[in-house]
Amino acid sequence: MQEFGEIFGLAIGLIVSADKNLLEIIFLSLRVSLSAVLISCLIGMPLGAMLGMTRFRGHGAVLILLNALMGLPPVVVGLVVYMLLSNAGPMGWLQLLYTPTAMIIAQTILITPIVAALTRQVIESLHSEYAEQFRSMCVSARTAVATLLWDARVSLLTVALAGFGRAIAEVGAVMIVGGNIIHLTRVMTTAIALETSKGNLDLALALGIVLFLLALGINAVVMSLRSDTTRYGYA
Amino acid sequence: MAMLETLALRTMNASGTRNEESLLPAVTRSLTYRTNGRTILQNVSLRLAPLSLTVVMGPNGAGKSILLRLLHGLLQPSGGEIRWGGKGLDPVIRKRQAMVFQRPVLLRRSVADNILFALRLRGTGTSRDCDRILAAAGLSAQAEQAARSLSGGEQQRLALARALVFQPEVLFLDEPTANLDPASTAAIESAVLDVRRSGTKIIFVSHDLGQAQRLADDVVFLHRGKLQEHSSAAVFFNTPESDAAKSYLAGDLVL
Repeated sequence: MQEFGEIFGLAIGLIVSADKNLLEIIFLSLRVSLSAVLISCLIGMPLGAMLGMTRFRGHGAVLILLNALMGLPPVVVGLVVYMLLSNAGPMGWLQLLYTPTAMIIAQTILITPIVAALTRQVIESLHSEYAEQFRSMCVSARTAVATLLWDARVSLLTVALAGFGRAIAEVGAVMIVGGNIIHLTRVMTTAIALETSKGNLDLALALGIVLFLLALGINAVVMSLRSDTTRYGYA
Repeated sequence: MAMLETLALRTMNASGTRNEESLLPAVTRSLTYRTNGRTILQNVSLRLAPLSLTVVMGPNGAGKSILLRLLHGLLQPSGGEIRWGGKGLDPVIRKRQAMVFQRPVLLRRSVADNILFALRLRGTGTSRDCDRILAAAGLSAQAEQAARSLSGGEQQRLALARALVFQPEVLFLDEPTANLDPASTAAIESAVLDVRRSGTKIIFVSHDLGQAQRLADDVVFLHRGKLQEHSSAAVFFNTPESDAAKSYLAGDLVL
């Protein structure tokens, strides 16, 4: 086995030289995860806002379910999506199994509950603050939702970034529904798992470093946004 | 802040009266409010006349803020009724009222954006109107600052200016100076008197005796959810009738 320092050097070399295979995997990972985050936000944010602003029979049960779904095991989601998209499954006719679209679907299912639950918390808190003033000003429900979403935009961006963090680091579901096919469905996490088992530690480590830098960057952006908005009184 | 009067005057016609049918007098009959098995307000019957500044007084827990919220329609009464100009409270009437809360609820936006939000809700107004309103409130220099970064007094002035964007016929003020220093309190009081001069009916909750003496035309005194007295300020402060009011004015502990 190669020395750690030697592997680390090779990994850095791959990153610095912008290795074609490495970039292809990184770009596919970003494409899949960003698409999943976008779709999750489109579904989860209005759902979370609705749950944060309204009360109805069964509201508590929905929240319990939503919170439980936040901890969905990725492999179980992968398995269910696999069964749905396989030729024998109800959506087999779409021929999506082992495509990036299947991976986007799996990640969307995984992170939508996270986005919805965190959005619910953010909007509920802000709504409790604004509700009486809105009633006093006769603000319509539509304007109220738009105002809450706009005023909570920084918190909601951190919600989206939390979803992205979960999506980009996920391996189980995308492995099952994507199949880790080179040049087609190989993303960073599945590539790390494969390359490690093959002994190609330099590529695995290079991908690991990129993944770590992405996580670091996301956290830095979140912290910077939070501190700026708090300092200037917008949060 | 003296210019705030001009904001409130805009709905008046040339003769100095408002174009719509007046909301006043407001009448409550046996107004009662219960929550969680407790009666907060009990059989309050009042007649609130136009063109006056009514101060609602009483010790903590007397039901002052609840009365204000019921009058503005933020709470639904458990019993009794409220009539504004002979009509029941509906959204049309509520749009002709405005309220400033003890702790100002400001949007997480700039000072100017808080005013623009109200202007857009009203359906009229431009950034020029916004500038004019901020100038009237003495907040032009802070226009681009986050509203929440203002001092307590400035926040309350912004909340008042925003409420006046709606050119309300009735303005509810729920202890707007409760957490302010004397200078900020004086600025708010001066602004309130300006607004009153414009013909806006003001219903002001306070438990500050000095403030009530400075501002009130008439006083509503509540104790344990019951109306003890409603009389002119002169009568209330010089010859109070109820034991609770006498004790309150004497500075005794009213339980």
